Parts: sequence; structure tokens; C-alpha cells
Amino acid sequence: MTSATLLFLVIGLGLVAWFFGRLKASGMQAGGKTSRSALHSLPSYHGWYVALWAIVPAAIFMMVWSFVSPALITDAALTSAAAAGLPQDGFSRAAILSEARAIAYGNQVNAFNPLSQSMVEPYRDAISYYQMIGAVAALLMVFACGVFAWLQIKPDLRARTKIERVTMLVLLLASLIAIVTTVGIFLSLVFESARFFSMVSPIDFLFGTEWNPKAVAGPRGETGFGAIPLFWGTVFIGAIIAMIVAIPLGLMSAIYLTQYAPAKFRAWMKPILEVLAGVPTVVYGYFAALTVAPALRDFAVSIGITSASSESALAAGVVMGIMIIPFVSSMADDSIAAVPNAMRDGSLAMGATHSETIKKVLIPAALPGVVGGVLLAVSRAIGETMIVVMAAGLAANMTANPFSSVTTVTTQIVQLLTGDQEFDSPKTLAAFALGLVLFIVTLLLNLIALRVVKKYREAYE
Amino acid sequence: MNSLTDMKRNPTDWQGAAMQKRIARRYAAERRFKALGMAAVMLSAGFLAFLLVVMVGNGFRGFTQTELPVEIDFPAVTGGASPSQFEGPNANANLQSMGLREIVDSSIEIQYGPDGTDLFSPGGWTAVNAMILNNPDIVAEKTTIYLPVISDIDVAYKDAGNPESEQKVRELGDQFSTGFNWNFLSHSDATDPMQVGIWGAFKGSLITMIVTLLLAFPVGVLAALYLEEYAPKNRLTDLIEVSINNLAAVPSIIFGLLGLAVFLNFFGMPRSGALVGGLTLALMTMPVIVISGRNAVKAVPPSIREAALGIGASPLQVVFHHVLPLALPGILTGTIIGMARALGETAPLLMIGMRAFIATPPSGITDPATVLPVQIFLWSDEVDRGFVEKTSAAIIVLLLFLLTMNALAIYLRNRFETRW
Repeated sequence: MTSATLLFLVIGLGLVAWFFGRLKASGMQAGGKTSRSALHSLPSYHGWYVALWAIVPAAIFMMVWSFVSPALITDAALTSAAAAGLPQDGFSRAAILSEARAIAYGNQVNAFNPLSQSMVEPYRDAISYYQMIGAVAALLMVFACGVFAWLQIKPDLRARTKIERVTMLVLLLASLIAIVTTVGIFLSLVFESARFFSMVSPIDFLFGTEWNPKAVAGPRGETGFGAIPLFWGTVFIGAIIAMIVAIPLGLMSAIYLTQYAPAKFRAWMKPILEVLAGVPTVVYGYFAALTVAPALRDFAVSIGITSASSESALAAGVVMGIMIIPFVSSMADDSIAAVPNAMRDGSLAMGATHSETIKKVLIPAALPGVVGGVLLAVSRAIGETMIVVMAAGLAANMTANPFSSVTTVTTQIVQLLTGDQEFDSPKTLAAFALGLVLFIVTLLLNLIALRVVKKYREAYE
Repeated sequence: MNSLTDMKRNPTDWQGAAMQKRIARRYAAERRFKALGMAAVMLSAGFLAFLLVVMVGNGFRGFTQTELPVEIDFPAVTGGASPSQFEGPNANANLQSMGLREIVDSSIEIQYGPDGTDLFSPGGWTAVNAMILNNPDIVAEKTTIYLPVISDIDVAYKDAGNPESEQKVRELGDQFSTGFNWNFLSHSDATDPMQVGIWGAFKGSLITMIVTLLLAFPVGVLAALYLEEYAPKNRLTDLIEVSINNLAAVPSIIFGLLGLAVFLNFFGMPRSGALVGGLTLALMTMPVIVISGRNAVKAVPPSIREAALGIGASPLQVVFHHVLPLALPGILTGTIIGMARALGETAPLLMIGMRAFIATPPSGITDPATVLPVQIFLWSDEVDRGFVEKTSAAIIVLLLFLLTMNALAIYLRNRFETRW
């Protein structure tokens, strides 16, 4: 019996238990309408009470068993007659055992090592033996706990209170997943990065200027892991070129839509601009690589820059800027809307034109909010992957020429982790170190941005 | 006192030439500024329109294929096979043993000369195969079947290709016809651009989305309810809120690194499968659902809760019987928007190996699978020019998929949302 069928069986039995629990409780309700035997909880709560008792202990047991049983199975297989012929050397022994295990579980068809084939039978026997034990024990637990709970059903059983306590626990656990994920991200990045930094010095990594992980040869004394060119590329594309496109367009769009546009125009244009943020990044990447990059290269060649690359920082940056427009514009929109109307009206009453009011009163007043929004946009831009992977190129250049090819942190993460991976080579682990840097930088940018926005909101409240 | 007397001496002369000039200048600046704003809006919308026009213009051709007619004299080449042979369970085996591929190739050679097979897509005979299985009666007579040409000629016919193919196109001129490329909707990835399809990737996306929804929706809704309705104001709650807000802002590629380090390397889950992909995307989508869910729950007026409490409901009954059903349309809208984001996500899935060449659609959550955006990425890397239009066509499918989801979200919001 596989664990999936067993799980379904246990859940099915749980439903049966629910039915019996409810039946008993409603019987009591029907029988004792008169006096003290009135039920404390509705019959369905009693049903859930029995069902939870039936399912939860068995499920916990199955989970524990799935961790314990592999060791027991291996032990049992090793005591079999076939195991006597295994080599004593621990390494080859483990290899044979893992192969036999894979065949016995059906993950692999043929053995490379004949010794493994001989171990398959003992393994199969042990697996079916322990699976049987596990299944029988789980079913026994379902029955025992179910009957125990069923016997407990009395009119004054506080079934609802107990069920609600369990539900609250589930709610809390669901919320804790967010913390677990954050900690998981942090720990996995830190753990893998620590392994990387045991091979490559953090100083070389953070301040080195040569990035060429393919050229790395030996396990010690590696060079070519200087990430400065990547950081520069990321900043150049995400924080400079993209923002040169996104800030004016986003800000002016927000100003026009909030201050000048007729309501109907605004009702149509705002969602249309927001579509820009909803287009998948891979589509932008393809657009940048197929349409924008060749056009920009031709343009560069026509104005005399012959060294223009077909994968240019400008193409990736411009397209990324377009993607970011809605972020900037909605943040600017919010912060302009938060400026008290009295300031605007005051300026207009003094005889200033609309544009003078906007330029001299609204924008300076909304500036902290706008800056916060721009920081959020930058954090999004530097974490963006597909556009730069498809359009920015792989050459780690330190150049301020927008027509040449630069590479970014995210591009290199993708580059290092696709293709063949060995999990102890610094080449693969470098991706996690880059990921850690990216994580920390985006986190800081977000924290600062949120703080700025919050401070500024408070100032006007 | 001096300045006051100055002012008295020179009252503002509104009609003076200097003042008029200044006003004109200020009004011109006003008009310029307004035009600038209009230009920004139009430029942004123009980018969107340009993007869509380029994609649709390129992708439209991906749904069609160039075909040439092939006359197959079935009674002669098969030696008089009867249609009944190709019915029932053995039909396919019978076709194979008859050597359908050779039959098709020889018919092509009769019609287009000894090099004729070079004109046709190598997998084209499978179309004949399917046609016979569908309607065995065609083997009883001489039939003309339109078969797809090779990719180079397809490109040359639709647009501009390499010189040899252009030459072929001129020679065969009016024999070409254009048919709807059904393969594109029913096939999976392939090496020949004439035979590729998006069904495999579409199915992979669907399975991955189901896994994501099943994991992220319950967890997201329960967490939102807890945080909004029950959570005490303490350190732990603050920590949960900070983590959720941070997770919503973490770059998606970081989730891919998490999936790689934890799900694949630590838990040893099957690589490239929809299970790991769905799990990774669920972690990404969950904060979005929590945040939108909290807003929806917050929007339910307190009077509902007080009324329910007043007639004796327990705090849990208040939430699950009254607040949750009222907040559900808002939660669903947020969920769909989060799912749409997950559907378009590529980077984290590249990290966990969902970028393999998958020629058969996945049939379970642990089978190697790929998803639509990753398929687009893979095709965009292909050298063969035939893939350009296929990539754009796949983008059209993806955008339509997203459009449908967003339209559904807007519909749900307008139809069910209650303004209190």
C-alpha cells in the first residue's frame, strides 16, 4: 500500500468518524430536549471532534514513520543473506545501497552494478514489510483514537471550544509560514554563501574588478570572482538608465492624470498604464532583444558609434524603465494626493498658475513620497531578471557607454545556475553569494523607502 | 516703511506691456507643462501599443503554416488497403507496418522530383497519420493532402528568408497555400519549428498554477484572517507583518534560489517538476493574497461582527460564517491578480530546472514540465528563424491567458463587491 492511498484511506475513515460522531450527538439532542442533557455544542462540532481525533494522530504517526522507516528498511536489508557479499569499503557500499534502493522504489530500472541487483530483492521485502507495519499501525491508530473520541461524546462535552482552539492553532501556523519563508530564504542564502566564502575571500568578491567564473581552475586561490562589474552593470541598467526613462514619464503621467486630465480620460488611461506592469517580464525581454536592441544598435552605428553591441545596456534599461513607469506613477499619484488641499488652494488663490502650483508647491511637498516610490522602483528594477537575461548580455564590462554590453547580478545568477551544476564548486555557490547581496540590498532599499513614505505621511496627518 | 512707499508709487500695472508679456509667458509655460504631461501619458500608452502591435504582428503568422499539396494515390501505393484496416485498436500499428512515412515520401518524390522531400517538414507525415486515423475512408481513393513545408521555406514564403528558399518559393509560386497551424495548439516542444506546439507548456502552466493555488490560497486566507481578526498586538505579530511585507518585495529570482537550496537540495524533491515550481510560486503568491485578503477583511464593517457576536456566535463563528463570505469576492480578486503574476513568472522556475526540453506534456505533478513563459524564453534563444514567429505566437497565447484572468478579476470585483 503506497503512502498516498493510505493517506486517502485515513481521510476517508476520518469522514466516517465525522458521520458517527455527529450521529451520536444528534441522537442525544433528539433524546434529551428537556433538561440538563441539552448539548453544549452543535452536533457537527462533535463530528469534527471525532474526525480530528481519528485523523491527526494517525497523520502525525505517518509523518514520523516516513522519516524513521528508511533507516529501518536499510538495517533489515543489510541483515539479509545477500548483504554478506557487499564490499566493506563504506563509499562503494553506500553507492550500491542507494542504487538498490532506487530500483526497489521503482525510480530506476536497471542497475549498473550487479551487486546492486542482488540487493534489490532484500530491499523490496524490507520495504513491503515496513510499509505493511506502518499501514496497519496507522489504521489501528485511526480506529483507537476515533473510538476513544466517540466514547467521550456526552451532552456537556465542550466540543466547539476544543475545535475552535485547534482552528486558532491552524490560523497561527498559516501566519507563521511567512516567517518560516523569510528565515528559509535568509538561511539558505547565508549557508550557501558561507560555503562560497570559505573558498573565495569576501574581499575579493565584493571589491574585485575581474568577473570570469569560467576561467576558475583550482579549488584554492580562485580569481575571477570580483563582482564589482556586476554591481556596476546592475546599477547602470536598473538605477540609472531605467530611472532616466521611468521617473520623468511616470511622474509627468501621474501629474497629468491627477491634476489636468478629465475624469473620464483618467478612468481609461490609468488602467491602461497599469497594464504595463502586468505584462510578463519575459515578454519585455523578448521585445527588448528582438525589436529595441537592433533598432538602438542601428541608431548607434548611424551616429558613428561603430562599437555598438547588439546586446546593449541601453536596450535593457529603456525597456525596464517602461516596465517601471506604472510603479513610479502610482507612488507619485498617492503622494500628490496626500498633500493637503489647503496648500494647493492657497497657491492658486495667490494667483499662481496650475503648473506653478504643481512645480513650486505640490512636488516639493510630495517629494519624500516620490523619493520613496523611486527607491521602491529601483529595488524592483535591480531584482528584475528576464529583461536583462535576454537583452543585456554576458560580458562583464565596466563601462559607462550605454551602447556596449554589460551584465548584471541577476543575469549572472541565471547563468551560473543553469547548465551543469556541481554543488561544491565555487562557480555554483557564487550564485548564492550574489543572491545574498541582492536580497540584502533590496531589503534595505525597501525598508528605507517604507520609512520615508511613512514619515512623510505622518507629517501631514 | 521705505518699501511701502515704493509700492504706493508703483501700483501693479496689469495692462502694461511688461506685465502682459510676463502673463503670456506664464500661460505659455502652463500650456507647455500640460502638453508635457499629456505627452508622457501618450508616450507610455504608445509604448504599450507598440509592444502589442509588434507581438501580434509577429505572432499572428505563428498560427498559420505554409503548405504544399501532395497527391497520394492510396490504392496504388498501399496495394489496395481497405479502410477497415485502419479502424479499431490496431489502426496505428497497421499504419506503421504499412510504412506510411515511406508512402508519403514517395508520393512527394513523384510530384516534386527526387529532392522533393527536402521541401517538406520531416514530421509532416504524422499529419497524414492522424488524418487516416480520423477518417479511414480516405485510403480508398486518390487524395490530395496539404502538408507543411520546412521551416526555411515557411519563413521565406511568409516574409523574407535565405536565398535558396526564396528561389524555391519563386519556383513553386502559386502552389503554396496557408493553413491554420493546429500543431501549434496540440503539440509540445520540438526541434523543428514547424512541429512545435504550446500544449505541453500550457498544460505544465496549468498544473503548476493548480499546485500554487492549492497551497497559497488556503494559507494566504487563513493568515489574513488571523492577522486581521485575532492577532494580539505583540512582537510575534509585528514580526509576521514585517516578513509578509518583505516577502512581497523580494525579487522573484531569490525565491528560485530558495527553491533550489531547500526543495531540491535539502528535501530532494524531483527536479523540473510542477510540484517544486508550484511550491516556489506559492511562496511568492502567498504574501500578495495575504495583503489583498487583509484589505478585503478590513473592509467588512464592524457592525456585521457585532451583530453576530450579539446573537451569541463565537468569535470563530463570526469570522467563518459572516466575515469570510462577505470578504471573499475581494480575496478572490487579489488571488487572481497574484496568480496572474505567478503565471507570467520565469526567473524562479529557471532556477529549479524547469527549462528542460520537454517533448511530452506532463501528466502529473512530479513529471518534468515546463511552463509558458519559460517556453517563450527557450524559443527566444533558438537560432532557427522559424522560432521567431512561434515565440511571438506563444506570447499572444500567454497574454490572452493573462487578459482572461484579469478580466475575470474585474468582473468578480464589479459583480460581487459590496460597498459598505
